[in-house]
Amino acid sequence: MAASSAVDFRTRLQDWLPKLVLAPSFAVTLLFVYGFILFTIFLSFTGSKMLPRFTWVGFENYEKLWALPAWHTAIVNIAIFASLYIVICTAIGLMLAIFLDQKIRGEGMLRPIYLYPMALSFIVTGTAWKWFLDPGIGLQHVMRQWGWESFTFTWIKDSDMAIYTIVLAAVWQTSGFVMAMFLAGLRGIDNEILKAAQIDGASNWQLYRRIVIPLLRPAFLSAFVILSHLAIKSYDLVVALTGGGPGRATEMPATFMYSYTFTRNQMGIGASSAVIMLMTIAAIMVPYLYAELKEKK
Amino acid sequence: MGFLDIRNVTKSYGNVEVLHHVDITVEESEFLVLVGPSGCGKSTLLNMIAGLEAISSGEIAIKGRVVNNVHASKRNIAMVFQSYALYPNMTVGQNMTFGLEMHGVPKPERERALADVAKLLQIDHLVDRKPGQLSGGQRQRVAMGRALVRNPDVFLFDEPLSNLDAKLRVDMRTEIKKLHQKLRTTIVYVTHDQIEAMTLSTRIAVMNKGYVQQLGTPKEIYDTPANIFVATFMGSPAMNILPARVVVEGGRPHARIADAEGVARLLPFSQANLAGWEGREILLGIRPEAITDPEGADRKSANIVPLTNRVSVTEPAGSDTYVTMTLSGKDVIARMRADASVEPGQVFDFAVNMEKAVAFDPQTEERIKA
Amino acid sequence: MAAVAQDTAVSTGRVTRVFIYLVLLLFALFYLLPLYVMGINSVKPLSEITGGNMMALPQVWTLAPWASAWSTAQIGVEPTGLKPYFLNSILMVVPAVAISSIVGALNGYILTKWRFRGDTWVFGLMLFSCFIPFQIVLIPMAVVLGKLGLAGSVPGLILVHVVYGIGFTTLYFRNYYAAFPTELIRAAQIDGAGFFRIFWRILLPVSGPIAVVSVIWQFTNIWNDFLFGASFGGTSQPMTVALNNLVQSSTGVKEYNVHFAGAILAALPTLFVYIVAGRYFVRGLMAGSVKG
Repeated sequence: MAASSAVDFRTRLQDWLPKLVLAPSFAVTLLFVYGFILFTIFLSFTGSKMLPRFTWVGFENYEKLWALPAWHTAIVNIAIFASLYIVICTAIGLMLAIFLDQKIRGEGMLRPIYLYPMALSFIVTGTAWKWFLDPGIGLQHVMRQWGWESFTFTWIKDSDMAIYTIVLAAVWQTSGFVMAMFLAGLRGIDNEILKAAQIDGASNWQLYRRIVIPLLRPAFLSAFVILSHLAIKSYDLVVALTGGGPGRATEMPATFMYSYTFTRNQMGIGASSAVIMLMTIAAIMVPYLYAELKEKK
Repeated sequence: MGFLDIRNVTKSYGNVEVLHHVDITVEESEFLVLVGPSGCGKSTLLNMIAGLEAISSGEIAIKGRVVNNVHASKRNIAMVFQSYALYPNMTVGQNMTFGLEMHGVPKPERERALADVAKLLQIDHLVDRKPGQLSGGQRQRVAMGRALVRNPDVFLFDEPLSNLDAKLRVDMRTEIKKLHQKLRTTIVYVTHDQIEAMTLSTRIAVMNKGYVQQLGTPKEIYDTPANIFVATFMGSPAMNILPARVVVEGGRPHARIADAEGVARLLPFSQANLAGWEGREILLGIRPEAITDPEGADRKSANIVPLTNRVSVTEPAGSDTYVTMTLSGKDVIARMRADASVEPGQVFDFAVNMEKAVAFDPQTEERIKA
Repeated sequence: MAAVAQDTAVSTGRVTRVFIYLVLLLFALFYLLPLYVMGINSVKPLSEITGGNMMALPQVWTLAPWASAWSTAQIGVEPTGLKPYFLNSILMVVPAVAISSIVGALNGYILTKWRFRGDTWVFGLMLFSCFIPFQIVLIPMAVVLGKLGLAGSVPGLILVHVVYGIGFTTLYFRNYYAAFPTELIRAAQIDGAGFFRIFWRILLPVSGPIAVVSVIWQFTNIWNDFLFGASFGGTSQPMTVALNNLVQSSTGVKEYNVHFAGAILAALPTLFVYIVAGRYFVRGLMAGSVKG
């Protein structure tokens, strides 16, 4: 009998085809993401100024970076911004989600209103809030025209307070999205659990505090991960809203990196700041992604 | 050489061997059922026949052609899946003829084959519908139709009835059996349901832990199980297994067991050659239907033994009444006629058909061959 | 129990409900306010903004700011309006969305239905690339685009967006196809369909919903991108960069009404998508956040 011992060509091609089709994407990812990361890490150890230069300087850029007052401002700002942004977005998102989940009439109207800012770019958001907060034409001007002569709201022009206007605009843009995440989590909770808790005599407050909110743990985790990564990447919003000012009061790592690399011609320092940003995000994302993918297997 | 040969086939994932040296020969028109608990390797074996999983060692041949390296689509097999695997975006007709289309069969011929099979399965009124609009039983028919249209050498069924409700499952079982008797096709059928295995097959391969435990006709498997696993897996309620000691009286081997009160009882074996076992412990296997009320005993049996014992639980099941009692410290189930008057706590006269009793070696758990 | 008929187990008193409605409405106002301000002030003459009240309806309605923002406003040094940049954005977004979605669909198909040793690692590496701060790739990207001769061009931007978009599109399609029964693929294999035929005939016809999600997500992200546009846009800057240039220009009188009109113009395509297909937009956001 003719025993076909050799695998025929078509079958062998079929075995290789999936990998062949996937290969370009994977190669591009390896080169443009991981290759570039390595290159930037390498640059951060060189004396690159306006153009990449391959003179090894060790940790000099990092030492310089941490000695720069502007970088300190950026670090303090990102700490203030990220923590407030994450906490406020989560609080508002959770509250709106719980309220919306009370069989609210008009939920179908309210939800899209809460969410639409997410469809806008940070540039548009920044432009809108920039003028709304501008003392000359915005909120302060309006209040005074309405007769509250002493009303003063000049945060956006105030070096100490400008960072909070960025928090405000960012919260405005993203909190509706966090609401949607929590709402999905709430809708996923088995109603019978809630009924059982009520029969056990839990009040509404106890019900949420003891049963519902603990069950939303995955939604909290996702919200935290998404918000922190948005916070660290925030560049456009700062550019559009305050341009990093007044002065350099709202400098963030993202804007710092850009200006040192492309306008101040300190590429080595810019690269080292980018490496620090990457490390911060990786510290949050890698364990999260690892856990998510491992569960799935 | 048979129609479908499975020769010394193993399957390993990495270093773990999940299927060990399977040898099965299937003749043309045979209906072979692979039965076993989940994880026994039956589906893996089926997938290897189909060409969906690689064969680690050994050979599979269909009509004498070794197919180890032949792509699934070129083995001339067809498969019916547990979930039916109907393409949701295609109509019933397109689903059934997709395989023919892929094999370059011209359209008029496809239409003819479709019409024939649809008529055979009584689904001709459904050919323009989408799978989503069909009931479970209808989907099941379409899945079979898709296999039939191909007119393959071997049909493979992967638990095709397990997604149907109980009543429909029985109907479809009969349907498949009728179809097989009419078309005389060669079928390999995987199930975990021992009743399906018994009713459908011409031969059964009982599998466990990657080994074929026993290969035989349904009657062989049921009456002379090779070991305790096969004995207890096939049949419902399961075969009673109780410790006993072999004693010889009047030149005849008996099983000595204890009744509910601990009093010794002797049950004479019919034919078992247990000479070498005198005075030793064995495991005695008696099926529930071999322990009855005296009126319900098999009149053709030459070895009905009376046994008086206390009843602990009765379970009327409509057609029969199941009685639980204690023998040799084990719960033993007996099957009475439905109207046998038996009450819990009562001391009752049972009749044991010792012609059907089997004995197992307690060490190897293999049946002691007569 | 008064709330037996309700299918949510939580019942609330009347006072609480009034409070809840109040809070929900206040937040609705908060979210709508900036849009209202932009809209209302984009149809006012400039004098009404500087001299008048930002919240008030216009006394004189005018579309002149819109016309100016679209075709005559000073962007950088050229009085071109936003029109050419809008076109740049379209030319960049359409191919980038199409390519990254198609590639993502194929990747998702392979990663779920043609699994191989190490596929989770491949996916993990692609997925992580969605979350890197793009600052880390800016410098080498500038170098590479320069070397390829694509710096400051629309094809350059398309390349950048495809490269950093396939992680997300792959994620979407992978999660979607993971729920698609593998038995169907096996049935198709036995029927004789090959790799591409299975994709084309079996999977693609049922991929509508996730394709919409992927397209909307990519469209929104790429349209709204600023960092890549500002870094690599050169003479082909997209809408976001142009808007920023318009708003930040320090020469002459600040034409707030034109700025607002420009901002709405820049937001219109994504807002339109959101209004038309909001359901899919939300689903995309969710899929991007709850990975797996």
